Amino acid sequence: MTQLIFLVIKGCIVFFFCVGLAAMLIWGERKFAGFMQSRLGPTYAGPGGVLQTFGDLAKLLRKEDLTPDWVDKPVYKIAPYLLWVPAALSMSVIPFGPLDAKIFAWRTDLVIANFDAGVVLFLAMGSLAIYGIVFAGWASNSRWSLMGAIRSGAQMISYELPMGFALVGVMILAGSMNLVEIVDTQSGNFWNWYWLPQLVGFVIFFIASIAELNRTPFDLPEAEQELVAGFMTEYSGMRWGIFMFAEYVNMIVMSAIMATFFLGGWKAPFEAWNVVPGFVWLILKIMFFIFLYMWIRWTIPRYRYNQLMDLGWKVLMPLAFVNLVVTALVVVI
Amino acid sequence: MSAPSQDQAPPAFTVLRPTLEELRDRKARTRQPVRDDREVLTVSMGPHHPSMHGVFRAVVDFDGEVVVAVRPEVGNLHRGVEKLAESLTYHQIIPLTDRLHYVASFAQNHGFCEAVEKLIGLEVPARARFIRTIAHEMTRISNHLLWLGIHIMDFGAITFQQICFREREYMMDMFEMLCGARLTHSFCRIGGVAKDLPDGFAERMRGALDFLPTRISEYERLIDQNRIFLKRAKDIGIFTSEDCAAWRVTGPALRAAGVERDLRRNEPYAAYPEIEFEVAVEYEADVYARYRVRMREMQESIKIIRQCLDNMPDGPILAKDAAHVMPRKKDVMRSAAAMVQDFMQVFVGPQVPAGEVYRSVETPHGELGFHVVSDGSPKPQRLHIATPCFFHCQATTPMWEGEMLADVVGIFGSVDVCLGSCDR
Repeated sequence: MTQLIFLVIKGCIVFFFCVGLAAMLIWGERKFAGFMQSRLGPTYAGPGGVLQTFGDLAKLLRKEDLTPDWVDKPVYKIAPYLLWVPAALSMSVIPFGPLDAKIFAWRTDLVIANFDAGVVLFLAMGSLAIYGIVFAGWASNSRWSLMGAIRSGAQMISYELPMGFALVGVMILAGSMNLVEIVDTQSGNFWNWYWLPQLVGFVIFFIASIAELNRTPFDLPEAEQELVAGFMTEYSGMRWGIFMFAEYVNMIVMSAIMATFFLGGWKAPFEAWNVVPGFVWLILKIMFFIFLYMWIRWTIPRYRYNQLMDLGWKVLMPLAFVNLVVTALVVVI
Repeated sequence: MSAPSQDQAPPAFTVLRPTLEELRDRKARTRQPVRDDREVLTVSMGPHHPSMHGVFRAVVDFDGEVVVAVRPEVGNLHRGVEKLAESLTYHQIIPLTDRLHYVASFAQNHGFCEAVEKLIGLEVPARARFIRTIAHEMTRISNHLLWLGIHIMDFGAITFQQICFREREYMMDMFEMLCGARLTHSFCRIGGVAKDLPDGFAERMRGALDFLPTRISEYERLIDQNRIFLKRAKDIGIFTSEDCAAWRVTGPALRAAGVERDLRRNEPYAAYPEIEFEVAVEYEADVYARYRVRMREMQESIKIIRQCLDNMPDGPILAKDAAHVMPRKKDVMRSAAAMVQDFMQVFVGPQVPAGEVYRSVETPHGELGFHVVSDGSPKPQRLHIATPCFFHCQATTPMWEGEMLADVVGIFGSVDVCLGSCDR
C-alpha cells in the first residue's frame, strides 16, 4: 500500500517537475533569445519577467478556442495532447536517484518504473508523439498544415532510426535495457560515462534528437519562412499554447534520456561529489542539454528538406551502423 | 535596357568564372524537372504569409516540395502615387517619392530630382552633388544591412536580423543628424539638397566608417563559415544574365550574374564620375553570389563616402536658378529676391519646360527610372516610375519554377523587393 502511495507521489512530483520546468523554459528561452539578439526579452511580469509564461497562459486561456468549420473535430482536438503526453510518460523510466534510497523515515526507489524494457518504452513513446503532429496537420484540412505534417512524418521516421541505433551501442556496453542498470554501470568519474566510449553515438543521438524535437536547424514541420506555422497553422488559443508547451516538455524528456544514457544520469561528475543528491545532477545535466538546444536554435539557419533527408539517411544512418558494429566487435573481443 | 556587354577584361581568377553556357547548364541541373504525373497542390503564398516580403501574393502550384507554376500578383499596396503626382508640383512630389521604398528613401528622392534636373537642364553645384552621393551611399549601406538580416532570416536564422539592425542604427543616426529624419528623408531638392552638412558630421561619419568594415567582415565570417547557409544559398535561384535581360532584373541580381552594369558607372550622376570605386561583380548568378555582391557593395560604399568627405568642395548647396529652385529658408528671411522666389515656388511651382525625359539611378535594389512628361506647367502631365521591384516581382515566375518550397522566400528576398516600390 505504501508503495502505491509512493508511486502516486513520485508520479505527481515528476509530472509537475516536467510541467513547471517547461513553463520556466518558455521564459528562459525568451530571455536567452533576448541575450543572443542584444535585447532584453520579457521584463514586466515579475522580477526579470519570470511570470511571463503565466501571463501568457492566462491570456491564452481567455482566448476563444477557435475551431474552424472544415476541421475533423475529434482528431483536431485531441492532437495537441498526443504530442506531449506520450513523451511525458517516458519520464517514468528515468531514474532520479539510487534504488532503495532513504528519504526521511521511508525507503523507496527514486524511479517510477524500474523495469527491463525501459529503452523500448522510451522509443515507443517517442514514436507515438509523431501522431500528434500528423493528426494535427491532417485534421486541420489546411494545405500548410498538411505539408507540415507530411514533412514531419518523413523527418521523424528518418531520424528515429539513427537515434535507436545510437542507443543500441549504449545497451551493448551496459548489457541491459533497464535505465536504472544503465546508470549503475556508469559508475566513477565523468570520463567513465558512456559519452566517451560512445562519442559517435552521443553526437548522432544529439543531432537526431534535435530533429525529433522539430527545433532549428531541423524545424521543417513548422518552418515559419516556408509553411506559415506548419502543422499548427489552424490552431489558436490554448490548443496552440499546448503545442508550444509540448515542445518544451519534449525537450526536457529528450535531455533527461540523453543525460541518463550518455552522461551518467543522476551521478555526479566526480565520485566525491555524490554527497549532493542525484536529482540535482540530473536537473543540471538536463539544463545543459536544453542550453545546447537553445544555443543552436538561435544561432544557425534551417536545413532544406532534401538536405535533411540526405543528412539522416546518408550520414547519420551509416555512421550509426558503423558505430554499432564497432561497439559490438569491441565488446565481443 | 541596353544590352550589357559580356566581354570585360578578365580578372586574375578567370578559372572560377562560369560561362553563360555553364550557368545555363547549371540552372537546368539545379531546377527540378516538371513531372508528367504531377499532383499539384495550389497554395496562396502571401499577402498573409508571415515571411513573404511585403504584401506580395503568389499563387504557387507545388508538386510535393517542388514549385511547378507561379502566378505572381501585385497591387495590394497600390496608393496611386503616379496619379497623385499629376496634381502636385515638382517640389511636392519629393516627399511622395520617399514612400516608394521606405528603406532606401533617399535614393528615390535623388532619382526623381535627377530626372527633373535633366528635364530643366539644371546644373547642380559640386557640394550638393557630393552631399547627395554621401546620402545615397548611406542609404545603400543601411538598405543592404537591413536586407542582409532579413535574407539570413529567410533561411531560418532569426538572430542575425537583430545584429544587422544594430549596425543599421548607426546609419539611421547619421541620417537623423543630416536631415532630422530617420526613415523618410525628403532630403533632396531640385537643384541641390535641403541642408548643408551639420557641424561635426564628417567626424562622426568617419567614426562610423572606421567601425563598420570590421562589423561587415564579422558578418562575412559568420555567414561564409556557416555550412548550412552555404548549402542552402549556393546553386539555388540561378538567374543568368540573359534571364536578367529578358525580365529586366537589375541591380545586385544582375551584377551577380556577371554583368558589370552599374548606373553609377554607366550613366554617371551626382559625384560618381569624380569618385573611384569598383563595381562589385560576381559570376555564379545564384543566391550566394547576390549576397556576395551586396557585401562587397557595402565595402565600396564605405570607400565612396570616405572619398566624398575627403574631397568635399565648398560652395552653395543649391543651384542659383530662381525659376526652378526652392531657396534656403535662411535666405528667405533676409532677402527680398529670395522671398519672392520662395513665394513663386510654393504657390506656383517650378517653371519646368515642356518635354519628356527619362532618368534612372542605381538604387540599392536596382535601377530606378523616372519618366516625366511635362507640358510646361509646374505639375507633371504624367509621371511614370519604373521601379526595379516591379520587375523583380514579375521575375518570380522564372526564378522560382523548379525550385523547392523551402527556398522560395529566400530566392525572392535575394533580389531585394519592396512592395511599396513595386505597387506605387
